[in-house]
Amino acid sequence: MSMSMRHTISILVNDQPGVLQRVSGLFGRRGFNIESITVGQSEEVGLSRMVVVTIGDDKTLEQIEKQLYKLIDVIKVINLGSKPMVDRELALIKVKSETNERPEIMGIVETFRASVVDIGTHSIMVQVVGDTTKIDAMIELLKPYGIREISRTGVTAMTRGNDTK
Amino acid sequence: MNEQIPKQTSTEQLREKWMKPEVITGSEVLLRSLLLEGVDCVFGYPGGAVLYIYDAMYGFDDFKHLLTRHEQGAIHAADGYARASGKVGVCIATSGPGATNLVTGIATAYMDSVPMVVITGNVATTLIGTDAFQEADITGITMPITKHSYLVRDVEDLPRVIHEAFHIANTGRKGPVLIDIPKDVSAAKTLFKPVEEFNVRGYNPRTVPNKLQVDKLAQAISEAERPYILAGGGVIYSGAHEELFEFATRTGIPITTTLLGLGGFPSGHELWTGMPGMHGTYTSNHAIQQCDLLINIGARFDDRVTGKLNGFAPHAKIVHIDIDPAEIGKNVAADIPIVGDVKTVLEMINPLVSHTDKADAWRKQIQEWKLEYPFRYTDAEDVLKPQWVIEMLNETTKGEAIVTTDVGQHQMWAAQYYKFNHPRSWITSGGLGTMGYGLPSAIGAQMAQPERLVISINGDGGIQMCSQELAICAINNIPVKIVIINNQVLGMVRQWQELIYENRYSHIDLAGSPDFVKLAEAYGVKGLRATTKEEARLAWQEALETPGPVLLDFVVNKYENVYPMVTQGSTIDQMLMGDE
Repeated sequence: MSMSMRHTISILVNDQPGVLQRVSGLFGRRGFNIESITVGQSEEVGLSRMVVVTIGDDKTLEQIEKQLYKLIDVIKVINLGSKPMVDRELALIKVKSETNERPEIMGIVETFRASVVDIGTHSIMVQVVGDTTKIDAMIELLKPYGIREISRTGVTAMTRGNDTK
Repeated sequence: MNEQIPKQTSTEQLREKWMKPEVITGSEVLLRSLLLEGVDCVFGYPGGAVLYIYDAMYGFDDFKHLLTRHEQGAIHAADGYARASGKVGVCIATSGPGATNLVTGIATAYMDSVPMVVITGNVATTLIGTDAFQEADITGITMPITKHSYLVRDVEDLPRVIHEAFHIANTGRKGPVLIDIPKDVSAAKTLFKPVEEFNVRGYNPRTVPNKLQVDKLAQAISEAERPYILAGGGVIYSGAHEELFEFATRTGIPITTTLLGLGGFPSGHELWTGMPGMHGTYTSNHAIQQCDLLINIGARFDDRVTGKLNGFAPHAKIVHIDIDPAEIGKNVAADIPIVGDVKTVLEMINPLVSHTDKADAWRKQIQEWKLEYPFRYTDAEDVLKPQWVIEMLNETTKGEAIVTTDVGQHQMWAAQYYKFNHPRSWITSGGLGTMGYGLPSAIGAQMAQPERLVISINGDGGIQMCSQELAICAINNIPVKIVIINNQVLGMVRQWQELIYENRYSHIDLAGSPDFVKLAEAYGVKGLRATTKEEARLAWQEALETPGPVLLDFVVNKYENVYPMVTQGSTIDQMLMGDE
C-alpha cells in the first residue's frame, strides 16, 4: 500500500467553454480530492494551464493522469511533484488592527517579505506570496490580532530550470 | 425483407451532390455532413428546437429517419444499430425534455463503449442561460457520460464539429459524442465546405502496442502451465474475432468471454468455457481462480466479473490488453500491461506463439469441469421453464440470430443458454444494466442487419419501460420477434430478496401488467401466448413463419432463480450452484 501524498499536477487544456467543468467534474465523480485549482492563460494562444493540488496514493495519481488524458480538451498532464519545481500561492489577509498595533503587524509583514496593500481605520490588508506552508505560517502569526477575511488564490507552479514541459 | 429498410450505400453521384460548396442552412449542413459520414439511418423525435432540422428533412430521402415514440426508444435504437453494424449510431432529439430523455441511453452507450453521435437542439444562443422554454444544459448534464460533447455557437463550426464527432465516437475506446445545436445555428446560413481532415491535438488514441510488452506476453505464454484467456467487448468492437480465434487455437489456451464478449469466440469450440462472473460457469470462474497466467483481451475487470477483488485470480500473472490506458490498473493491477487496439496486438502476438504443451494437464482439468458442471436447471412438464424457452430459441435458430435483451433474469438466461457463434449477434446493456433497452435496441439492430433474424428477449418488467416502440415495429413492418419471459414478477430483484433479504419480497409483484398479446394487437403487431412446451413450440414456429413483427408472451415459472450465483463480497469460486 502506498501512502497518500500531496501532488501538484499541471494540466494544459484547450481554452474552451466548459473545460474547467470537464476537469473539476472528472475529479468529483471519480472521488479524486481537489485541494486547490487555479487556471489562467498559458504561453500559447488558445491554451490554458490549470494547476491542481490533490491528495492521494500513487495508484490514485496514476488514475488521475490517465483519466485526464481521456478528456479531449486536455493536451498535456504533468505531475510536477516528480521534478524540482517552484510552487506559489498568493493570499490577501485582512487583519483587525488599531493604530497602536500596526507597527507590530508591520514587523511580521516585513519578516515574511509580504506587503501591506490597504489600510482601513480598524484593519489592514496584507498580501503575501509564497508556498502553501509559508502562507499557513503567516496566517498563524496574524491570528492573535484577529483575522477578518482571507482570500487565497490556490497554488500555481512550474518546473525549475530550462525545461519547459 | 421490405422496402422500408434503407439502401446500404450512397452512390458517387449523390456524394458529389452533397459535397458541392453551396450557401445552405445549418440544418442542411447537418444532413449533408451526416450523409458524408456514411449515415443511412437515424432515429429521432422532433420538437421546437429542431424544427429547422426537421424542416430540412421534409421530403428528404437520402437517409432514413425512424420516428420513435419516446426519445429513449430512439437512443437505444441508435445504440442497437451501432452494436449490430459497427457503424456510428445517430439519434436526434429536441431541447429540454427531449434531450434529458436521452440521458439513460447515452449512459448505456458510454458504459459499453458504443459509438454514437447524439444530436440535440437547444434554444437560440440569445436565450441560452435564461431558463427559456424547454431549455436544459444538456452538454453539462451529459459531461460524465459522453466521450466528448460540443455546444455549437457558430454555424461555421458545424461541418468540422460533425466530422470530429464521428471520428472521436468510432476510434480509440468508442463512445457517445453529443452535439448540441441551438435553434438559430440550425437556421443560419453558411457556405458549406465538407471537412475531411481531422486535427484534434488532445486526441491521439494509441493503437500500436509497445513491442517489448508483446514479447513479454509471448515469453509468459511459453512458460505458463495454466494459461487462460478472458476476452471482452473490445474483441468485438475492434473486429478481432478472427485474430482471437487464431490466438486461442494456435496456443490451445482455454478461453472465457465476458457478457459483452459473447460471440467473440464460437461457443461450440472445445476451448470455450462459457461466461465468467456473477452468473458465469463453474469452469470459467474456477479457471480464473486457478490459472497461472490470465490474459485479459479487451475486458475491463468489471465487478460483476471479478467478484471480490482481493482474492481475484490469486495465482495468476495478469496480462491486460486494452485500448484505454485508464482501464489498466484501475481495478486489477497488471503484470504485463499492453496498451493498444486488440486486433493490432493479436496480429503482433500470433506469429510469436505456439502450442502450450506445458498446459496439457490444465486443458484436461478444464474439460473435466466443463463436463461435470455445465449450466443446468430442473425442467418440468407442468410449467414452462425460462431456461427451456431460451434453449428452444437457440436450437430452432442454431445460434444464428441476433439476440437483444433487456435487463434481469431473462438476460442472464439468454447469455447462458443461447450459444453465439458470431460477433455483433448479442446486444445487451452490460455496464449500465438498462431496463427498457431490449425492444428499441432490436429495432436498431434490425435496421442495421435487415437480412438477419432479430430476437428481442425481455422480461415482463423491462418490456413495459419501452413498449411504446411496438408502434415502430408495426408501422415500418420491422420483423423483430419480441419474446417476453413473463414470470409476473421482477425476477432478479425477487431472487436477491429471496437469497439475501430473507424472503422479504418488497415491491416486486407486477400484477396489473397488461395482457401483452392484446397490447401487441392494439399496436397492430401479431401477439401469441404460450404456457406449455407444446404451445411454446407452435407459437415460436408461427412467429418464425410470420414475415412481420411478432410478440410472444411465454408465461413461465415465477420462482425460478438464475444459477450459478456469486453473491456480492465473495470471490468468484464461491458459487451458489442452485437447488439440486
